Amino acid sequence: MDIQMNSIEVKDLTKQFGSFTAVDKVSFTVKQGEIFGFLGANGAGKSTTIRMLIGILEPTSGDALVGGYSIMKQPDKVKTQIGYMSQKFSLYNDLTVEENIRFFAGVYGLTGKKYEERKKWVLKVANLEGKEKLLTNSLPGGIKQRLALGTAVIHEPKIVFLDEPTSGVDPVSRRNFWDLINDLSAGGTTVLVTTHYLDEAEFCNDIILINAGRLIAQGNAKALKTNYIKNTILEIESDRVVDSMGILEKEDWVGETSIFGNSIHIILNDNAKGEADVRDILTTKNSINVHRVDKIVPTLEDVFIHLLEKDKTNVS
Amino acid sequence: MFHRIYAIAKKEFRQLKRDTRMLFIVFFFPVVLLAIFGYAINFDVKHIKVAVYDQDKSDYTREYLNGLVSSEYFDIVTHIDSDDEIKRLLDEKIVQAVIVFPNDLSRRLNNNEEVKVQYLVDGVDGNTANVIVNYVNAATYSYSLKLTKEYLAVKGKEIYVPINLEPRFWFNPELESTKFLIPGLMGMILIITAVISVSLSIVREKERGTIEQINVSPLSSLELIIGKTAPYIMISLINAAIVLLAGYLLFGIVIKGDIFLLLFSTLIFLFAALGLGIFISSIADSQQVAFQAANVTSLLPSLILSGFIFPIESMPAVIQWVTNITPAKFYIVSLRAILLRGVGISAFWEQLIYLMIFGVIFISLAALVDRKAKAA
Repeated sequence: MDIQMNSIEVKDLTKQFGSFTAVDKVSFTVKQGEIFGFLGANGAGKSTTIRMLIGILEPTSGDALVGGYSIMKQPDKVKTQIGYMSQKFSLYNDLTVEENIRFFAGVYGLTGKKYEERKKWVLKVANLEGKEKLLTNSLPGGIKQRLALGTAVIHEPKIVFLDEPTSGVDPVSRRNFWDLINDLSAGGTTVLVTTHYLDEAEFCNDIILINAGRLIAQGNAKALKTNYIKNTILEIESDRVVDSMGILEKEDWVGETSIFGNSIHIILNDNAKGEADVRDILTTKNSINVHRVDKIVPTLEDVFIHLLEKDKTNVS
Repeated sequence: MFHRIYAIAKKEFRQLKRDTRMLFIVFFFPVVLLAIFGYAINFDVKHIKVAVYDQDKSDYTREYLNGLVSSEYFDIVTHIDSDDEIKRLLDEKIVQAVIVFPNDLSRRLNNNEEVKVQYLVDGVDGNTANVIVNYVNAATYSYSLKLTKEYLAVKGKEIYVPINLEPRFWFNPELESTKFLIPGLMGMILIITAVISVSLSIVREKERGTIEQINVSPLSSLELIIGKTAPYIMISLINAAIVLLAGYLLFGIVIKGDIFLLLFSTLIFLFAALGLGIFISSIADSQQVAFQAANVTSLLPSLILSGFIFPIESMPAVIQWVTNITPAKFYIVSLRAILLRGVGISAFWEQLIYLMIFGVIFISLAALVDRKAKAA
């Protein structure tokens, strides 16, 4: 059984709200058992896409197969294949931990031994063993999140959708949460996760980036860094960061510029240029003291800023 | 299917158990309403306060007044000696009516002449004023008749009254307004608790986002609606039982008709009320909006337009037509038929059919709104 099946196949998925196109002919495939990162700014169409894939919003056109079932023709079958956890906590705050688990187990028809077994598992992953009687409202955010994920997959779905599961959670809890996602993936569950934390994107097997409803890049983190930016990127540290950026921006051979802390990243339009040219402009012509100029491998952030800028000019 | 409905219903009960605001609406509210309407709102006019300006001070006037106060309808509060006081007493609402006997009363009666007794009645509350005048008429007529008899007796004759009116009131022989109010009250309490509780319980899930989790589960809309409404149907039936029990204990109302027919009609009414509640939850996005909408669509019409207090027959034609918007109207007709008259379903089956149509219309509308939201 080495054949890699596709868990999700999205084809020309489109959603229009009146004259506004929220999702515009998006196509991608997600392989079974992988962690698939879905990136984009707020309002780019991530949630709309997910809501169509889980069968609670009807696409305007296009289709997708989720777990082998069409979201247009068999949305009810799709629902038997998936688990879903949204950015809002989907637990009942006025129920206890155990009552929440019991409710979701009941909705998915888990009874008897199977229920006991899954309850134990959820309590373990949420680190809530012995705390079943606590009101969910009283739990800390990170724990609540793990409990929400646990209950979302209590019926052991083949595919789980996580819509910005870690927004508003401290870094340690985020780390723990990602360990849980990795465990699920290792167990064969396909995980599609939306996020705008780029460090989280590095954990994904595959990534897509959407902007203004359109897919603008896809591939794994490494491919994105090498395929989408062919130009050289220089990291420059100087005395006057903002002034330096303003001066460099005016040069024809300099593409996008962005500030990273006390340094600037510039993407070159002309790969023949280099450190000497930077020092010439800044130090010789403008007498700004330059500490260092390094050629760097782009970060995902560089890639995305580059792609979003490029997309902006394409749109306008 | 059953275990999914059971899971929803059980969860609903657990949430209700911890929701003091909802518990208040569901259990305490009906008791308050019952107490207010049962005791405070009393349309029976009794113990009317009157003042007497007796300028004659004779046996006649004394006898006349005795006749008046022997019923429990009139209480003589004060005797006055001048015209000026009449105005003050009525202005300050110390009395509701003033009786003025002229100073030539006994002289004229002794001469077999006609006498005019003046009643000054506070007409602000038209209903009560009417009742007062009716009582006074009856009392005056009966004293007048007595005087006529005595006069004729002296002449050696007997009076002959050709037609004597003998009214008998069926179903509510003492014409007590509480008997008339209890069925209406029950309808109102049931519709408020049903519409408010169901719409709030659904909208709360929308507001908190938990509805998403249910929407992505294999749970069907039908299972969700049955699971969500079942607990409130049970609670509404308990409420109905409380109102009936209180009606019996406090106001002596017994169920004359078939108790199963009562249960059956109540379930159909609840179906209509829950339909309205579900519809409200489909258009409202916050609990606040849902609460307001539930109030406006259930409480007001069932109070004003259902025939609970104000008879529909005496409303203008247009308003009579508008009364059809409240299912309580049809339930109250059925309830009065079962509780007070003890008649069978043949007397009110049309009402039940209307209630079913009402429920179906609103559930369909809710489904339509839901469908649109999904495709929007």
